[in-house]
Amino acid sequence: MDELAALIDALVYTRSRNEKLRLIAEYLRATSDPDRGWALAALTDGLDFPAVKSSTIRNLLMERIDPVLWTLSRDFVGDTAETASLLWPTPDDPPDPPSVSETVELLAAMNRKSVLSDLPRLLDRLDSSGRYALLKLATGAMRIGISSRLAKVAFAQAFEVPVEEVEEHWHGLSPPYEPLFAWAAHGEAPPDTANLPTFRPFMLAHPLEDTVVDLADYAAEWKWDGIRVQLVRMAGETRLYSRGGDDISATFPELLDVLPMDAVLDGELLVRGSHQGGEVGGAASFNALQQRLGRKTVAKTMLAESPAFVRLYDALIVEGEDLRERPWFERRARLEALMERLPSSHFDLSQVVEAIDFVHLARIREGARDDAIEGLMLKRRDSPYIAGRRVGLWYKWKRDPLLIDCVLMYAQRGSGKRSSFYSDYTFGCWDGDPDAGAELLPVGKAYSGFTDEELKKIDRHVRTHTTNRFGPVRETDRTLVFEVAFDSVHESKRHKSGLAMRFPRIHRIRWDKPPHEADRIEALKALIRD
Amino acid sequence: MARDFAWIRPEPHGIHVVPADSWIDPSRPVDHALVTHGHADHARGGHGVTVATPETLAIMDLRYNTREGATAVPYGETIRLKGGVDATYIPAGHVLGSAQILLEHAGERVVVTGDYKRRPDPTCPPFEVTPCDIFITEATFGLPLFTHPPIAEEMAKLLDRLAAHPERCVLVGAYALGKAQRVIAELRAAGHHEPIYLHGALEKMCRLYEEFGVDLGELGLVSEATKDEMRGRVVVCPPSALNDRWSRRLPEPITAMASGWMRVRQRARQRNVELPLIISDHADWGELTRTVEEVNPRETWITHGREEALLRWHQLHQRKARALALVGYEDEDD
Repeated sequence: MDELAALIDALVYTRSRNEKLRLIAEYLRATSDPDRGWALAALTDGLDFPAVKSSTIRNLLMERIDPVLWTLSRDFVGDTAETASLLWPTPDDPPDPPSVSETVELLAAMNRKSVLSDLPRLLDRLDSSGRYALLKLATGAMRIGISSRLAKVAFAQAFEVPVEEVEEHWHGLSPPYEPLFAWAAHGEAPPDTANLPTFRPFMLAHPLEDTVVDLADYAAEWKWDGIRVQLVRMAGETRLYSRGGDDISATFPELLDVLPMDAVLDGELLVRGSHQGGEVGGAASFNALQQRLGRKTVAKTMLAESPAFVRLYDALIVEGEDLRERPWFERRARLEALMERLPSSHFDLSQVVEAIDFVHLARIREGARDDAIEGLMLKRRDSPYIAGRRVGLWYKWKRDPLLIDCVLMYAQRGSGKRSSFYSDYTFGCWDGDPDAGAELLPVGKAYSGFTDEELKKIDRHVRTHTTNRFGPVRETDRTLVFEVAFDSVHESKRHKSGLAMRFPRIHRIRWDKPPHEADRIEALKALIRD
Repeated sequence: MARDFAWIRPEPHGIHVVPADSWIDPSRPVDHALVTHGHADHARGGHGVTVATPETLAIMDLRYNTREGATAVPYGETIRLKGGVDATYIPAGHVLGSAQILLEHAGERVVVTGDYKRRPDPTCPPFEVTPCDIFITEATFGLPLFTHPPIAEEMAKLLDRLAAHPERCVLVGAYALGKAQRVIAELRAAGHHEPIYLHGALEKMCRLYEEFGVDLGELGLVSEATKDEMRGRVVVCPPSALNDRWSRRLPEPITAMASGWMRVRQRARQRNVELPLIISDHADWGELTRTVEEVNPRETWITHGREEALLRWHQLHQRKARALALVGYEDEDD
């Protein structure tokens, strides 16, 4: 438990993604089975011990320390598990830390009654860091910023195996993932997951940028502005996975009993929108979809108002036949044939965009007005379905971003490598005629889109044009204009301007432009499309 | 019943010693001030007469040029004030020159601790328990969750990290008066004899400590060192410089902070600290409560900090206590 406690503490204090990967990989290499598997599950919030609740911990502490002192301490720290780890009386005996697997066994064996005597015994065997790790592990709420994706990349790094294969084999296994370690660390055969409703890693695209492709070799499809999903049915059991391989089945229950055959399908999850033209059934904007994301349970009214459907791109497996080695055009034909057997209430097909040549395609892309379109996808017609991002097979060709000129209002220090730089910017537009006393209202925040050299220059500007300080934030004299690029803009009650931008980033720094020539709120409002 | 101790009155901007018309650690200029130690929230400039230990006066001179009206009282000596009040300066173990002030008047004894700690500190003499009727204490770390670990453990953490990254430096944020010098002295005690590099704001205070006989070993200035010279070295700066652009001249600094607040993970994260060092110049919960038991006063008055919890402890132990609502004392960086 000591090593895991040290790892958790190190992760708490590390901001750098690379350093986090290194720490986890090192732990996985240095630790034996099954401890490392349990640790991996704990880090990704994959363990749950129903007998141990936050309230259990609080009650145990209140038996040992004055309730008033407990409450004052809890309020100061802001976290029950951490407060308890700090306040737990240090026993006279030296610590006798259990292994991770012993800890997991003991926790799993506890019930609501036995926890009252068994958990204290466990706490007595640990020091303060160990107690923190134990309580975080027991309540299943590590919350130290380790996504399952990060854990998989760290695993791949630890044993020098491709992350796509880790993703494919990981699913369908449960902690402590011994077959996964046996495969990665000891070169044994990979675990067989063919008949399980597991996630198959996505094929991903490169940005097209300046590449020009021949439409004889590439097919074009719309790139829809929803979330990429994989719908899997194996042996009658259906699951829905997000791009990162997270199981989001519970968020979209309406999709779990509509696939009539065993299959693995790749598509875009969208919600119905009444006012969108273009495609059959029309999709609402990303804003409408966003209301449904991240929910563990879904209200009936929400299911009725914003029902989800999948716009299909590809078929990976159909009725036991793995199509991934087949070229795109064959898979596409299978998918089109499959459509007749799928209910149109929950599925439609992402249409292939027909164009005479690349120039024609570019014109079609320019003319696309449907809000649910993010751009075009170009897929090599003879390409198999290969996990990950392989050069030359798939390209994404996003619609040109929207642009607007804004004035820098506030700057905040970044974190990690950027902690000494003012790198997060809040900018605004005028609420009227700036020469007639109009005010700037904040419309968005961005922290990307500039080079390191530009960052240094903006940082210097912020430091020499500060009018006010609020902790880590500086207010500037509002003299610097940014040309801000963004994907779309929506109404939002959260901001004073009533607007929220999607993916804003700094496009150009207009050192030359006087602030009164920046855009007005109305100009931004005119770009709302939902 | 005539009110006991009517001669000593807590006011919002300091503790008033009425017959002497003198103030302890006043937060605004007064004619006559008794100062416990040199930290800015206790020692301010602009008083008519300032009574303090010679070390504290030297610190105040360095910080505010307060040479006029300075009256030095060495540890253990008593000075007679107006109105028949005797004041004695007793070591508080907080920083160089820090003192508790024992006030005696009409057979009654009052001790004002200022800030204090009970742990050994190579840069100042230890706290002395002084029996009294009223014990006026601080409570900066007055919550039971605060237990400062032995400083040797924290030094080992620092030196381990340094050894693991010989191409980088460890940048330690430490309060400019007291903490910085204590960290350096403790590093020396732990056997670290490499040069230690200082932010410019720490230089004069370190020199002053050396003048008072505290050996800090070989010190260099960041402004005069090259990046390569500082690889594998400890660099010390005030906490405010930790994330400042000043640190860009350092070789990939590992950010550390020496503070009692580092005991709470979220506090360390808020400051972008990678290596929290739990080192405080204040008494932790165990020291605070043990000290009250040892001094065993008739009544405890609590000046600043987390007074609710310490009040509660007094209540649970059938001891009399009250919280004073003094303004202007707090130590976010300690």
